[in-house]
Amino acid sequence: MSGLAIDNISMRFDLPNGTSVQALKNVSLDLKAGELLSVLGPSGCGKTTLLNIVAGFLAPTDGRIVLNGHEVKGPDAERGMVFQQGALFEWMSVRENVGFGPSMKGMAKAEKDKIVNHLLDVVGLGAFKEKAVYELSGGMQQRVALARCLANDPDVILMDEPLGALDALTREKMQSLVLKLWKETGKTIILITHSVEEALLLGERLLVMAPRPGRIHKEYRLPFAELGVNQDLREVKKHPEFAVKREEILGMIWDMEEEIMGRTEASA
Amino acid sequence: MIVLLLYVFIFVVAFFLVTKVIAKATTRDFTSLKTVTFGDESAVRPNRAASVISILTLFLLWGMFTGSTLLPKFLHAPGPFEGLATFEYTAEAPGQGSDTATVSVMVHPIDQSVDAPEVDPGEGWAKNDSATVGVWRSGLIRVDGNDEFGRDEGAEVVAVNGQPISPGGEVITDFGRIGMSPKGTLNFEPNQGWQMEPIWLPAPEAVVARVVEIASEGFRGSTLWEHLGYSLFRVIVGFLCGAIVGIPLGYAMGLSDWFRGWFDPIVEFMRPVPPLALIPLVIIWAGIGEVGKIILLFLAALWIMAIAARSGVSGVRISKVHAAYSLGASKWQIMRYVIIPNSLPDIFTGARVAMGVCWGTVVAAELVAAEKGAGMMIMVASKFQNTDIVIMGIILIGIIGFGIDMLMRWAERLLVPWKGKG
Repeated sequence: MSGLAIDNISMRFDLPNGTSVQALKNVSLDLKAGELLSVLGPSGCGKTTLLNIVAGFLAPTDGRIVLNGHEVKGPDAERGMVFQQGALFEWMSVRENVGFGPSMKGMAKAEKDKIVNHLLDVVGLGAFKEKAVYELSGGMQQRVALARCLANDPDVILMDEPLGALDALTREKMQSLVLKLWKETGKTIILITHSVEEALLLGERLLVMAPRPGRIHKEYRLPFAELGVNQDLREVKKHPEFAVKREEILGMIWDMEEEIMGRTEASA
Repeated sequence: MIVLLLYVFIFVVAFFLVTKVIAKATTRDFTSLKTVTFGDESAVRPNRAASVISILTLFLLWGMFTGSTLLPKFLHAPGPFEGLATFEYTAEAPGQGSDTATVSVMVHPIDQSVDAPEVDPGEGWAKNDSATVGVWRSGLIRVDGNDEFGRDEGAEVVAVNGQPISPGGEVITDFGRIGMSPKGTLNFEPNQGWQMEPIWLPAPEAVVARVVEIASEGFRGSTLWEHLGYSLFRVIVGFLCGAIVGIPLGYAMGLSDWFRGWFDPIVEFMRPVPPLALIPLVIIWAGIGEVGKIILLFLAALWIMAIAARSGVSGVRISKVHAAYSLGASKWQIMRYVIIPNSLPDIFTGARVAMGVCWGTVVAAELVAAEKGAGMMIMVASKFQNTDIVIMGIILIGIIGFGIDMLMRWAERLLVPWKGKG
């Protein structure tokens, strides 16, 4: 079967002081190929842990991840990852960074160059091929990271707050770029974010997670990602439904944060 | 004290001259309006004019207080008295009344020997005298030695240049001080001036002349370049050995918990031991030859390089490793394309520190015992009070140490331009 299945995942971290933290409890989710899922939740709800498990960086305490019919055992090129920042290789040029995946596979140079040139044009960095990555701005660096991930042609793209460190304007442009790439490549994408607005804009499906233990609180199916593909994102935000959903989710997360604070105060 | 005051004076004058007078006249930008500079290091750039004046001031003071011929005479600090000094003494002998005679003292440079000036014995029972004294030196003058009535006959000197003097007392003259010893002998001390004697601090041109002399004739059987070359050779070989062993060791410690556990106590113990403290042991084990020196420098560089490589490996951001994994890299590919390039800036920093430590250690080791080398040169010279060679050696050691650091920085910029940009 095609698609990604998160099957009853639990994750417990044992701390050095003998206690343990239940980061995730019985999380299950099915993603069809080409779906765009955004994950939202207060800090400590296990979003990043979930992503790391899907990527194969962490082995879950319980449960399994199944991609296209086979179980995930570790990191692999079929699941590309885009990090918040600082994951580019600063000792390589932009071109070498984007070509890293194909190089590791031992792809012929001509074919690799074709892919790299094409992707750099797609993300709008055609003129910066030979630049060092540290000479680029934060937004441009994230474009390189996106291109590097796409160069490997993964089945699933995992994004861990990829736009979190960008300024508001750059961020809006990058959101459009993510939607455009999603539509053009048809990849399955899981995107983690702190921003309710971003989750609404970029989530065909939206998952709100709750903390302690990390679990799925509520799931939405949203029309905004589809709208955003052909429309200015600012227009999408004017959609009456958008404001309603935003207030609803904000309130939900606000309550969770309050609850956490209250709990810590009570135990303190 | 005078030197310090003069230094402060030049500092203040140059500061006002450059920043207030010259800068006002030329630049009209808004930099001076920047108010928040405290704690903002990047806002403070070295003033190049200040650097140049600072260096010139040091040489100026050096020249002034050593009577350098490079400076015009009027800039010199007052020099010691040199030339012919004359004074009169008045002696009294029982039953003979007082008589006055003249003493002529030739004050001569200490590296020349001169004859005492010829003087006419003169009238009276007290006869004129003559003597020689070196510049900066003093001399007892037995003025009664040639008198008809000397100390043995009960005569005693009662005045110098008409001023009364008694044992323990003194008379100040234009050319110096004349004291009287408890026994009644005159002690002649010509003015020493404010300049330094060459045995304490030679003039700059004397040091330069010595560089030229040693560069062409050599010192203790080796030329200057051989001495410096030997020191450099030891540093480079010792450092390379340390790096060849230390870097793989550091990598192993950064990648394997077993290696880390095994070598951690050794490295952490050896790291704070100053290499200088190992000199005696290395001399006992390996002697004072090249092998001993290289072992010492190897040990000096080894721990620094191992720790630098270790921190370079463990300092890699986990997201970079994760990114490489999810791009399909194997463990070896991650090692080759991620871990190693990521550790290079740290290794270069370590190499710079290690080269500096090695250079210091080799000079110290040569001070203790060596047949050739920069440290040996200044140590031997100091035993003969060849201050010019010592100063020359110190300056050359400083220049080479600085040069090594500059070279390493240059190599760093060239080879790891991504340093600090991750």
